Amino acid sequence: MGDSAYSFSLTTFSRTGKLLQIEYALNAVANGRTALGIAAVDGVVIATDKKFASALVEGGDVSKVEAITDSSGFVYAGVGPDYRLLVRKARKSAQAYFREYRETKPVGQLVKSTASVMQEYTQSGGVRPFGVSLLVAGIDGDGVPRLFQVDPSGAYFGWKATAIGKNYVNAKNFLEKRFQDDMELEDAIHTALLTLREGFEGEMDGHNIEVGVVSKSDGKFRLLTPEQIQDYLDEAN
Amino acid sequence: KQYYHNRKMSILEYNGAAVIAMAGKDCVGIASDNRLGIQYQTVAMDFKKVFKMNDTLFVGLAGLATDVQTLDQLLRFRMNLYELREERTMTPQVFTNLLSNILYEKRFGPYFAEPVVAGLDEKGSPYLATMDLIGAIETTKDFVVSGTCDGNLYGMCETLYKPDLGKEELFETLAQALLASVDRDALSGWGGVVHIITKEGVMSRELKGRQD
Repeated sequence: MGDSAYSFSLTTFSRTGKLLQIEYALNAVANGRTALGIAAVDGVVIATDKKFASALVEGGDVSKVEAITDSSGFVYAGVGPDYRLLVRKARKSAQAYFREYRETKPVGQLVKSTASVMQEYTQSGGVRPFGVSLLVAGIDGDGVPRLFQVDPSGAYFGWKATAIGKNYVNAKNFLEKRFQDDMELEDAIHTALLTLREGFEGEMDGHNIEVGVVSKSDGKFRLLTPEQIQDYLDEAN
Repeated sequence: KQYYHNRKMSILEYNGAAVIAMAGKDCVGIASDNRLGIQYQTVAMDFKKVFKMNDTLFVGLAGLATDVQTLDQLLRFRMNLYELREERTMTPQVFTNLLSNILYEKRFGPYFAEPVVAGLDEKGSPYLATMDLIGAIETTKDFVVSGTCDGNLYGMCETLYKPDLGKEELFETLAQALLASVDRDALSGWGGVVHIITKEGVMSRELKGRQD
């Protein structure tokens, strides 16, 4: 980015008024593994599938669902390395916020600053847009559960429930049928797993999906262990 | 040019100030003197040192007058941006930490001001805090003081303070503590102003003191 030979933006308008780089980035997202989220009245759940190319892959240490603050977390669909950069930046920004105000950065602020970073990469010299859409889940001090989606363009949306990545259209239709405004977290987790299973090839178990949950009762974002996921799956059967 | 002056004065004593805040029952009070001087010469008797940040949050700044005014502007700037971005009012705790951060940023070339924060938190309970010129925070339940006569102020507060005073009694206590303290300090005085903050609103009164 510092090299003067590339101090112009690579993301430029087409004649029809589109930013093709962003469209293509959205294609990269649509080819990524499915991720979804549901905001219940007493918490939020986000989940994604974690299928690997081969049985030889050791997937235990690589996470797709990541905590950003004590009470918020991300999941993504799209290009993994791009995601990890955003996670790092978001975590740093949340810590800087805490240092300034001694208060946990609210989910909405997290979303705004992450979206702002993603937008910068669509209008700066020598860089390309991020190839990920994020789902941000969290609970603020006011106890309200929140779920947001952030796109490569930097646009962000609040959702009651949504899905991104492969098969997202079917997943969203499934969610629309199942979602209810008075849904509780336990129901939401079950629904999330059922929705994931719709597009899942093969047998779903605690090791090939990841689930992150933040509950109003303690306001803490945590990943479910494979055993806990297996229990939920067994209940759903 | 100063006449009859030999000793160099410390920067924090250049303009003179007295600031005091106390907690009462579901209320806080904050007061300051009105003097602005240039070393021993008094140049104003109506210099504001206590600033309203919002209906339940006041900050008092003692020290170099230019930094008192600049910090008021900086704090208002930061607070306004926060309220626009976050769509909520800033709590006194967050404000105190913000102020501490602003001061520490200038650790090796500080603002010469020692602030006092007084407000009501979200539950309506009194909140008091003070810090030094580089942002070391101290929160207390009873009273906080700052200024060229801080020793006098501490003595008066220890003597006069009682917990859970109502707003009228708190006003009297603050006024007496302030006036008695500044009378023994050449650099502060020329009257004062007291603000009592409750959930219902703010009561502000000017104090008539010795004009010397």
